[in-house]
Amino acid sequence: MLPPKLADKLLQLYCRKDKVEDLQGDLYEFFLRNVDSKGRRMANLIYWIDVIKFFRFYTVKKPKLIRSMNTLRLFKNYFKTSVRSIGRNRLFSGINIVGLAISMSVGILMILYISQLLSFDHFHEKGSRIYRVLNTLEQYGGSTVDFASTSVHAARRIENEVPGIEHLVLMRRNFQDDIAKGDRAVEVAGFYASKDFFQVFSFEAIHGDVSTALEEPYHIVITRKVAEKLFKQTDVVGEIVTGAKNDYTISAVIEDLPANSHLQFGALASFVSIENEKRKEENDYFFSWRSMWQNYAYMVVEENQNVEELQSKLTNIAISENKQVENYAIHLSLEPLAEIVPGKDLSNNIGPQVTWSLIYGLMALTFIIILSACFNYTNLSLARSLRRSREVGIRKVVGASRGQVFTQFLFEAVIISCIALVFGSILAIGLEPYFLRYIVDEGISHLPLSFEQIGFFLLFAICVGVVAGGLPAVFLSKLRALVVLRDTSKIRVFKGVNLRKVLIVFQFVLSMAFIIGSSISTSQYRHALNYDLGFETENILNVSIQGNDPELLMNEISSIAGIQKASKSGMVMAVGDNWGETFRRNEPLDSFDVMINYIDDQFLDVHGFNLKVGSNFSKAIKHENQDRQVIIEERLAKEMGFMNIEEAVGETIELKRRTGDVKMEIVGIVNDFKYSRIENGPTPAAFILGTEDEFLHLNLLVQTADIASLMEQLDQTWRKMDQVHPLRATFYEERLQEAYSDYDSASTVLGFLAALAISISSFGLLGMAVFTTETRLKEISIRKVLGATEKNLVYLLSKGFVQMLVISALIAVPLTYYLFMHVLYVEEYNFVEVGPLQLVPGVLIILLFAGLLIGWQVLKASRTNPADMLRSE
Amino acid sequence: MKGTNIGEFEELVMLTIATLMDSAYSVNICDEIERVSSRKVKLGVVHAALNRLEEKGLISSQLGEATKTRGGRRKRFFEITHAGKISLLKAKEQRDRLWSAIPKVIFDGLDLK
Repeated sequence: MLPPKLADKLLQLYCRKDKVEDLQGDLYEFFLRNVDSKGRRMANLIYWIDVIKFFRFYTVKKPKLIRSMNTLRLFKNYFKTSVRSIGRNRLFSGINIVGLAISMSVGILMILYISQLLSFDHFHEKGSRIYRVLNTLEQYGGSTVDFASTSVHAARRIENEVPGIEHLVLMRRNFQDDIAKGDRAVEVAGFYASKDFFQVFSFEAIHGDVSTALEEPYHIVITRKVAEKLFKQTDVVGEIVTGAKNDYTISAVIEDLPANSHLQFGALASFVSIENEKRKEENDYFFSWRSMWQNYAYMVVEENQNVEELQSKLTNIAISENKQVENYAIHLSLEPLAEIVPGKDLSNNIGPQVTWSLIYGLMALTFIIILSACFNYTNLSLARSLRRSREVGIRKVVGASRGQVFTQFLFEAVIISCIALVFGSILAIGLEPYFLRYIVDEGISHLPLSFEQIGFFLLFAICVGVVAGGLPAVFLSKLRALVVLRDTSKIRVFKGVNLRKVLIVFQFVLSMAFIIGSSISTSQYRHALNYDLGFETENILNVSIQGNDPELLMNEISSIAGIQKASKSGMVMAVGDNWGETFRRNEPLDSFDVMINYIDDQFLDVHGFNLKVGSNFSKAIKHENQDRQVIIEERLAKEMGFMNIEEAVGETIELKRRTGDVKMEIVGIVNDFKYSRIENGPTPAAFILGTEDEFLHLNLLVQTADIASLMEQLDQTWRKMDQVHPLRATFYEERLQEAYSDYDSASTVLGFLAALAISISSFGLLGMAVFTTETRLKEISIRKVLGATEKNLVYLLSKGFVQMLVISALIAVPLTYYLFMHVLYVEEYNFVEVGPLQLVPGVLIILLFAGLLIGWQVLKASRTNPADMLRSE
Repeated sequence: MKGTNIGEFEELVMLTIATLMDSAYSVNICDEIERVSSRKVKLGVVHAALNRLEEKGLISSQLGEATKTRGGRRKRFFEITHAGKISLLKAKEQRDRLWSAIPKVIFDGLDLK
């Protein structure tokens, strides 16, 4: 008669060895009794219940975990000592925490920013199957440019001819209108999108059927925000709103778009709206293979569809199309949705343009800043290790292993970095708007926070703690108890002196490099703006013609008071746009790549060009293929092989065109000027007398004290001529500033980093200065008693620091100079002359600041009363 | 070590151990208490009390000889330690002192039978 085996096993499993036998016996005895009195089955049940009931604290085997309670207690002790040590050395802990907090705030922002970027477009249900069609334009001569956009023609062919595509949506940017209902109007911007838009993308609908919303012409889908602005409610499907030229029917309302969508719009209009318009205009170009600048095609491929197969189909389409065109070729390729942000550097891209190299660059800079703050901790802890050495000695005598001491100090560092994390987070919240506006500048307005990210932050803090505390922990755990306790003076605490110096020098080199970099960028920005282009840009207002009649517009506008002169031109020079043509002089094989601009006869006058020989344009030109007049640059005349510039005047050269070469008479030679951005090499340029169709800008020379009223009049005149487009007028200087803003933002970023690096390294330096002077107080007192003057002492104490600073400067200045002039900007022409003016002030500021910090401590130390110091012992 | 106070049930268990002398093991103790106090006593409760008393150092235990009756498992026999005896005596003394201080009249005429 045996009790249930399984229950017995269970009892053996959990019960302690010393208790199991008699307990089993007892239960067995009762089991036998129960079998007699209550029957076998009941007895079995009772046995089971008893086994379970005996699962008590005193019967259960102690699991291994409880044995490691000891370690837990040890950690409790580490925590206590760490907190006490942090509290005892408020200054040093403060310095460490502040330094780490500053650097961590940047780290936190970077984590948030990068995870925001990585989360882009992940919310689409079919996201992993969505691809965008990219176009690569190969121009005559072989140079290629990648575009995010594609042609309507290509998208239609893909849709009709390529199998394996579930849905394809064709979109066109620049849907823009003021839609009005009653007396309320809202400006909306977005895309024209074909009917399958919502089959491809998963944007949440509130009202209306999105699957059919974009089928009819002039049907629009608006977002919640737009609906609420216009109607104060969202249930507005079927409402008709009036735009500038058309009325629209609202066919659906969708939820506001998530911030991490690369597509951002207030409204979508059906693609047929624009398509019909173009049909009516008989605009063949819109439907051509070449018209690839404004349209986007996204598609969902079928599940398990081989993408390479699709790609080869696309390649075939491209090949067949390219056969029919000359001088250029367009290649088609597919880009997965996930690789759009962050992704390749594409022209005509929509959404934030963030490349991986930018992310890596930002990460590297953040890493350097954080490392610099870690060095502070390492440095100060190493310096102060003498004070902790007795503690280590006692711990070791009591029985701590090396590993335990190591863990203790690492633990302390992690605690400090966790405290820093708290302050760093607060700082990061404060810095967020500035970070987004000035540093990343990609139209992301808010960084949302998720729980996983908080986990990341903690992990990040722990990593920082380990990096910062690793070295001191190794050093302290290596100390031998006997040596430490017998005679502290024997420990070679200063063994780490060279290392510490190297770390400080590193920090200062970094600070100086950032500040020099920032000042070089600033002066390059100024240099670019003040560069003598060879013509005047001051007070010139460029007005975009936007399809109006240039002559008519100019006549209207010239009559406004304050506009002295006006001219027409094809493009605005020196801001980055380039229009290239090929010229030929005599021989058929001659060819010169020339940058050109179409201008009228007023242009040279307005811009203050210096006509060296010859004359200005004389005759008007009506037709594109008519013989032209050209005015060339002095440099081009020489390049074309004219002996002197006088000889060139009156000569005829040819402009190579697909439709047949055009004869051009050189009527004049102007001074050399800068056609493209200044960092590009000298490019020969020429002005061709343009036809009315070739003019896209008016250049107005403005002379007035009241710019505001002039702009007001200009706007009124404009609106009389063109009710559709808003006036687009910018001063030349503004265009230049915009063109060179990358130098300005480089300067801002570097300046920001410099501020961080300087504050971190200064804190570190202050800590070292305090420590050095404190430990040498007795020495100073004795020296004073023996007759040392204050001057001697200041010299003695600050010598080491000054040396380090000087060494830092000696490393930083040439290094930065080399980096900027020979690595980063080596291929750029007309870079600002980097001289003492850019290099020295930043370094001087840092030296002065550091000097003040050291001087403050040193003076304080050398002024102490020796009696106070020496009496106590 | 927990406090040396003993509770009512613990006292009962110890007194039972004392009465049972050499044959005091858990099942026996359990039966004896049931017999004397005529109340139902669970083995688990007795076990817990024994364990508690042993932790307090008031009783001690050792395993006996293996017998066939229990499937070959040995019994754990308990005896009262010196400390246990002292605390039992103390408890008794306290009660006696209180009993002796109670005027006779209070229990006059009361009988359990």
